[in-house]
Amino acid sequence: MLILTCPCCGVTAEETEFHGGGEAHIKRHGPGSSDDEFHGYLFEKVNPKGVHFERWRHANGCGKWFHAARCTVTLEVFGTYSAQTTEPPQDIKDRISARRPGWSWREFA
Amino acid sequence: MSTRLANGGRLLNKARTLEFTFNGKRFKGVEGDTLASALLANDQMLVGRSFKYHRPRGIVSSGAEEPNALVGLGEDARFEPNQRVTTTELFDGLTCASQNHWPSLEFDIGAINAKLSRFLPAGFYYKTFMFPRPFWKHVYEPIIRQSAGLGRAPRDRDQDSYEHFYAFFDVVVIGGGVAGLQAAKAAGDAGAKVLLMEQTPHWGGRAPVDGGTVDGQPVDKFVDGIVSVLETMENVTLRRRMMGAGVYDHGYLLGYERVNDHRPDASGPRHRLWRIRAGQIVTATGAIERPICFSGNDVPGVMLASAVRDYAVDYGVSIGDRTVVVTNNDDAYRTAITLKKLGLEIPAIVDTRASGGGALAGEAIELGIRVENGKGIARVKGKKRVEAVEICVQAGEGAALEEIRCDAVAMSGGWSPIVHLWSHCGGKLLWDEEKAMFRPDVDNAPTGADGQGFVRCAGAAEGHLDLADVLNGADAAGKAAAQATGHTPKRSKVPVADNPKEAGIEPVWLMPQGAGVKLRMKAWLDYQNDVKVSDVQLAAREGFESVEHAKRYTTLGMATDQGKLSNINGLAILSDALGQPIPQTGTTTFRPPYTPISLASIAGEARNETFQPLRKTPMHRWHAENGAYWEPVGAWRRPYCFPKPGESIEDAVQREVKATRDSLGLLDASTLGKIIVKGPDAGRFLDMLYTNMMSTLKPGRCRYGLMCNENGFLMDDGVVARLDEETFLCHTTTGGAESIHAHMEEWLQTEWWDWKVYTANVTEQFAQVAVVGPKARKVLEKLTDDDISAEALSFMGWTDVTFGTIRARVFRISFSGELSYEIAVRASHGRAFWDMILKAGAEFDVTPYGTEALHIMRAEKGFIMIGDETDGTVIPQDLGLDWAISKKKDDYLGKRAQERRHMSDPTRWKLVGLETLDGATLPDGAYATAQGNNANGQRNVQGRVTSTYHSPTLGRGIAMGLVLNGPDRMGEVLEFPKVDGTVMRAKIVEPVFYDKDGEKQNV
Repeated sequence: MLILTCPCCGVTAEETEFHGGGEAHIKRHGPGSSDDEFHGYLFEKVNPKGVHFERWRHANGCGKWFHAARCTVTLEVFGTYSAQTTEPPQDIKDRISARRPGWSWREFA
Repeated sequence: MSTRLANGGRLLNKARTLEFTFNGKRFKGVEGDTLASALLANDQMLVGRSFKYHRPRGIVSSGAEEPNALVGLGEDARFEPNQRVTTTELFDGLTCASQNHWPSLEFDIGAINAKLSRFLPAGFYYKTFMFPRPFWKHVYEPIIRQSAGLGRAPRDRDQDSYEHFYAFFDVVVIGGGVAGLQAAKAAGDAGAKVLLMEQTPHWGGRAPVDGGTVDGQPVDKFVDGIVSVLETMENVTLRRRMMGAGVYDHGYLLGYERVNDHRPDASGPRHRLWRIRAGQIVTATGAIERPICFSGNDVPGVMLASAVRDYAVDYGVSIGDRTVVVTNNDDAYRTAITLKKLGLEIPAIVDTRASGGGALAGEAIELGIRVENGKGIARVKGKKRVEAVEICVQAGEGAALEEIRCDAVAMSGGWSPIVHLWSHCGGKLLWDEEKAMFRPDVDNAPTGADGQGFVRCAGAAEGHLDLADVLNGADAAGKAAAQATGHTPKRSKVPVADNPKEAGIEPVWLMPQGAGVKLRMKAWLDYQNDVKVSDVQLAAREGFESVEHAKRYTTLGMATDQGKLSNINGLAILSDALGQPIPQTGTTTFRPPYTPISLASIAGEARNETFQPLRKTPMHRWHAENGAYWEPVGAWRRPYCFPKPGESIEDAVQREVKATRDSLGLLDASTLGKIIVKGPDAGRFLDMLYTNMMSTLKPGRCRYGLMCNENGFLMDDGVVARLDEETFLCHTTTGGAESIHAHMEEWLQTEWWDWKVYTANVTEQFAQVAVVGPKARKVLEKLTDDDISAEALSFMGWTDVTFGTIRARVFRISFSGELSYEIAVRASHGRAFWDMILKAGAEFDVTPYGTEALHIMRAEKGFIMIGDETDGTVIPQDLGLDWAISKKKDDYLGKRAQERRHMSDPTRWKLVGLETLDGATLPDGAYATAQGNNANGQRNVQGRVTSTYHSPTLGRGIAMGLVLNGPDRMGEVLEFPKVDGTVMRAKIVEPVFYDKDGEKQNV
């Protein structure tokens, strides 16, 4: 059972206090998008072995969504950050680089 | 025979006698006994029958690894199957019974399987019960069920209580042997907050039995001393009878405390499950001795050498008068020496090592014990009890050199560190060739949130078998754990241990090395599951090369003991059969819990009323007092109907519908979701959430809306009221209140976070009452001076109204097709308002109605119900709700998905009404059949029933359903087969059965 820190309210808590919400940094494709774009948006989720970016909600706490950068192999948490961004902040990327040199995830590295 | 010795019994208080019964026989034990030692003291060596062949089995160990001696413990509401006698503390009045035999333990019909054993090899079930397929259900399944399982499940409700306990520590040390004690002391001295748990009732582990000295004094004196110091340390918590059950992510740890198992009459919980977060975990869980695989190694009287020693030293019990010791290492010599010094006979020590043992061997020889080097046991003679052993050359094929009469065999195949807790969360293992053991790879520990290891090992669990190494390693582990949690270890000297130097082990996986098939078929690897050396070799020949496959094929290492004794021997045999080194074979996965824990401890306090909190509306008590027949709706209880005395459920529902349509009905609609959406961008936000346009709604008006998910599927519906320019009140379904609120927040927080919108779920802040029927306006007008005339408050409008002293918001909306007002008042006024309407409505014969009447009335009107007409695969277009989908909007959630090819497919099943030809009611969920069969040989279908009721208004069955090309097939008759084989026929009609033009609701 993971321990995560909610970047919104600052509480560090048990996984049971949170609710996972799948992959982070997904770009929404609405009307006007191609079938491939829309299919990719809805269904093509990555499930990497290693560095991953996820959405979490502090469901039994402040109720806010946030993002977590995590290693799916060792369960190391590189950091959590606001969900109100389209890409991981530089300090999170730096921390991952320090721990996993040469990492990449989707278009980020 | 096994018996109680006149002397000895380190853990006993012989002054206090305890009585207990086994299979109805009365026995006596003494305080401090385990059930195992007490049984052995009474010469009850035979305690059970094996799972597959029903072979007689005796106690083989003295601890948690026991595979054989499982009993049903207690009676009635305290009955528990599969309890290990070796870990059960004796108490006065204990009752237990052996398992897996019929008619009796001594004479068991099932033992015929042993005679058939050559026809019951590995994979027997897989090979035998495959064909013919029609036999699966009615022939094979009953046979397999009959032979499955060891103990029987309890019948009565558990009368004891259980609890969870949440705890947080810097360092948790698992195992209270000398290693655990020293590690806890080292961590505690550094100032860390420490928990030390020990699964048995005693501190010190097995070191006091094994001898040696620490700081010049006997080990038990050292243990007493260090425990008394730990007891004075405020930052150290000590718990006995508590097992480390499992290690999980990020330092989560389960501790299983058997609080009252040993004193069943004491108050308080029986078991306590500790849910612990630990900064660092030190596993000082010791090691388990391995049996040796020789023919007849399961005959009662063959026991682990360490267990024989334990029973003698700790409990003053001798397993036999003449004990042959067979070993491949020095440790077993301790057993021989101990027994000899107690005056018992050791006819021989059979040592497989041609070069013999070290200092301990010398001591044994000095005591006059015969030692046979380079030898092994060819076979054990005896059925329910060891009678003799045949000695052979270990390097040979098992030709008997000599028969030695004996009544017990003490075997030692070496020691395996207990690496379970290290491995649970991903700690890696190394094969140590020299010590012939898997031990923790300390450089590859389970890692925590910071990426650093959070588990350390100490003592035998780390692979140390020498007392000095144990203490040094444990001290270092305790200090390192404290340091890792931010404490500064003290510089202190490690206690100095003195112990005889031991010669190295020589691994023995099969005895003798060249044993023929006859011997191998009686050489047991897994006692509990009756897996023999020959079974594992067969599995390898048949291609089950992965250790995980071989495990499942042979059942090696399954069931309650999870292969604590058998795993290493089994994978060594497998490696040998595959011709590969042991590390290449590897181990099976170690999964929690370490030993079985009670299901009740996992449930904890969550039983009965506390299992799940019940949600109650403000009018709940009135419903209960007026005979409500309840329906669970999420965590709510809603009245399904209010049957009168002597009235059936069906009659009550029909009466409620009629009364509402004829005069006046009353519904508690408080469970309906109510979400406030407020802000300058609220209209824009709701336009994205609902399929129709909400931003154009005028304050004071209401609009029915549909909500889809991004996949396009309909997920919720409800009426939206615009309270003012910036504020909307969204009604959701009862079940959708929380999820729709979460859905709104998800989109606001993660996609449109720059939009100025605020949401609040106010479902429980308001009570809501639907006042429904032709007399609805009349009754309300009695209660207020405010203008609620048809002109002032038209259909789909809302207004604030004061009823006496109660302020209310009145929505003129209808889910029944009648003149209807849904009236929201503060939750605290809910009951008063309900009573007020009941009183005022008496002259109109006001009738409270439940959810079923609500359902019937909405179905009569052709209104859909989320969860009936929808199932997560239905889009609004399927339900003929195109009118509620805005064509003007560029975007809403689900719009793009509804443009996908499959969603716009004209052959999607569409909503219609269904009218049976004979007026009967269609079964719920029934399918309409079509011509021909599909690829699986099943009838093709062309539609299904989504809602079906008997309508009291129309006096006939009505239904709604989704049908292929349904709206274009009005008047066609479909066939609906029933489960009893008969067929119902129904005509396709419009889904609105009642008041098609809406005249009744528009008055």
